[in-house]
Amino acid sequence: MTATLVAVQVLNGLQLGVLLFLVAAGLTLVFGVMDFINLAHGVQYMLGAYLAVTFYGLTGSFFMALILALLAALAFGLLLEFLVFRHLYDRDHLDQVLATFGVILFLNEGVRIVWGAAPLSYPIPDLLKGTIPLMDGFGYPIYRVAMILSGLATAVLLWVLVTRTRVGMLVRAGATNPRMVAALGVDIRRLFMVVFGFGAMLAGFAGVMAGPIFSVEPGMGDGVLILAFVVIVIGGIGSIRGAFVAALIIGLVDTLGRSFMTDIFKTMMAPAAANQVGPAIASMLIYLLMAGVLFFRPTGLFPAAGR
Amino acid sequence: MSAPSSPVNKPIGAARQVAPVLLILFAAVPALANAADLGFATQMVSRIMIYAIAALSLDIILGYGAMVSFGHAAFIGIGAYAVGIASAHDLWDASITFPMAMLGGGLFALVTGAICLRTRGVYFIMITLAFGQMAYFTASSLSAYGGDDGLTMWGRSEVFGYSPLENETTFYYVVLACLASCYVFAKALVGSRFGRVIVGVRENRLRMQAVGFNPYAYQLVAYVIAGMMAGLAGALLANHTEFVSPSTMSWQRSGDLIIMVVLGGTGTLHGAILGAVAYLALEEILSHVTEHWRVFFGPMLILVVLFARGGLGRLIGGRGAGG
Repeated sequence: MTATLVAVQVLNGLQLGVLLFLVAAGLTLVFGVMDFINLAHGVQYMLGAYLAVTFYGLTGSFFMALILALLAALAFGLLLEFLVFRHLYDRDHLDQVLATFGVILFLNEGVRIVWGAAPLSYPIPDLLKGTIPLMDGFGYPIYRVAMILSGLATAVLLWVLVTRTRVGMLVRAGATNPRMVAALGVDIRRLFMVVFGFGAMLAGFAGVMAGPIFSVEPGMGDGVLILAFVVIVIGGIGSIRGAFVAALIIGLVDTLGRSFMTDIFKTMMAPAAANQVGPAIASMLIYLLMAGVLFFRPTGLFPAAGR
Repeated sequence: MSAPSSPVNKPIGAARQVAPVLLILFAAVPALANAADLGFATQMVSRIMIYAIAALSLDIILGYGAMVSFGHAAFIGIGAYAVGIASAHDLWDASITFPMAMLGGGLFALVTGAICLRTRGVYFIMITLAFGQMAYFTASSLSAYGGDDGLTMWGRSEVFGYSPLENETTFYYVVLACLASCYVFAKALVGSRFGRVIVGVRENRLRMQAVGFNPYAYQLVAYVIAGMMAGLAGALLANHTEFVSPSTMSWQRSGDLIIMVVLGGTGTLHGAILGAVAYLALEEILSHVTEHWRVFFGPMLILVVLFARGGLGRLIGGRGAGG
């Protein structure tokens, strides 16, 4: 029974991990290529979920909603890039933080006006309903397995894109020396736009996937954004590989910590005290981990080359 | 970060008068509010002044040291919780709880700063953010002290057995006195040799190292001082609302503080006070117009960043530091 519980929690951790990876990948790409710190990345995740709510209402099909929401998230990302972000690439990080913080304020409140403050949801598609038997009659939801698999598939796709295609080569070159790339005749602004739109779409994808299991509500992107920051800081800013490894580590550590920390403390101290300390330490765990990593490797586990 | 050109921030012309004028205006508020029968104004302005203290402390490290701390609200929260938790254990005396709040803020700054300051730039921003969140979640899980719901204090801090702070006007002037002392202290600090080293490190770390300074140590001390000052603001804030809650430390609050400092103009000190006034007054006014005031505030913030570089302090005070 305990083994099953651990297995379930490990799967849950992986699922949180791939979700974080989808958000962190866009964040780290945008930062790596454009030296741009985008706090509004979390609201793009939220927007993905809200768009899926609306499109699900219109079409009644999860997969249609997924495709339409992805396209809309892409379009919206490009619009934001055109209106706000492209004017900030040359600014210092403080300006970028402030302006994208303004975008967060606007969108969180805008979502509240359009969709209301109450949590929304949409159902899991029939195809992915049900559970996979794990052991002794204990099942794990197929939808969550599908989430893990699609996250891993996205990671592979990203790896192929970045290391095996021409655009990927430009992205890597742009991350190392954008001015040189521009001098060689590449339209760096258009490259930025592509990367940005792609990042926004990934975040939107994460939002759509998360919708049926978490509640869709204003501000849902904020917590994810902070976790994604922790991920890319641990992984090394600008490194996709780092983001992947760190996302899985963070997903596992956070989930397992929350499930088992109190029990672990109960073996060492009185149950009442353990009930107090356990949850507190569990919620601090990933930050302690981050502090530890940075103390020994101030640029993260996989520092991106040329930075 | 904001690429100021002059190495030492010396206000020019009218800028020198901004802070004293503001403080004098603050001093007149309770009398005016009473005369105009607007009792709530006193409370509102004391809240503004409390946040001005916090913004001032952030300006020391952000404006002069280019350390963009995105977890500054944590220090306020720690100060507030120090006073709140002490009150839960029936410890009310401000002569004990206020130093505790400042020590708490300073200690947290020392420990987290020691790690954060090993990093630069964006890493620093994100790590301070993460530590801020850590403090937030810790406060949320303090179930003995209210957890998520926060902790209600059954009164304000006492001073040697008396409770003068219960009087709104007295409390107001205590806050004003704290703000004035913090301003004078910060002014002296940034003008001192220590302040020049901090600015020097901002301008050229390598060169400061070459002349024989230890940038890390100087920055850490500045960070701790800012943490203590924000802790004091927290102690006052707890007394102001007689309530402490984790939301004081939320990362949005840290964002608000950065907005205040940048809105007023970084690296000017008086800009921080001006920014706190402008931001909180704007919040108050806009939230009367509509509960969705952030829909207007967000774009305003973007426009300020895009078009009005340098902040309000520069508009009023001419060219202050850098520019």
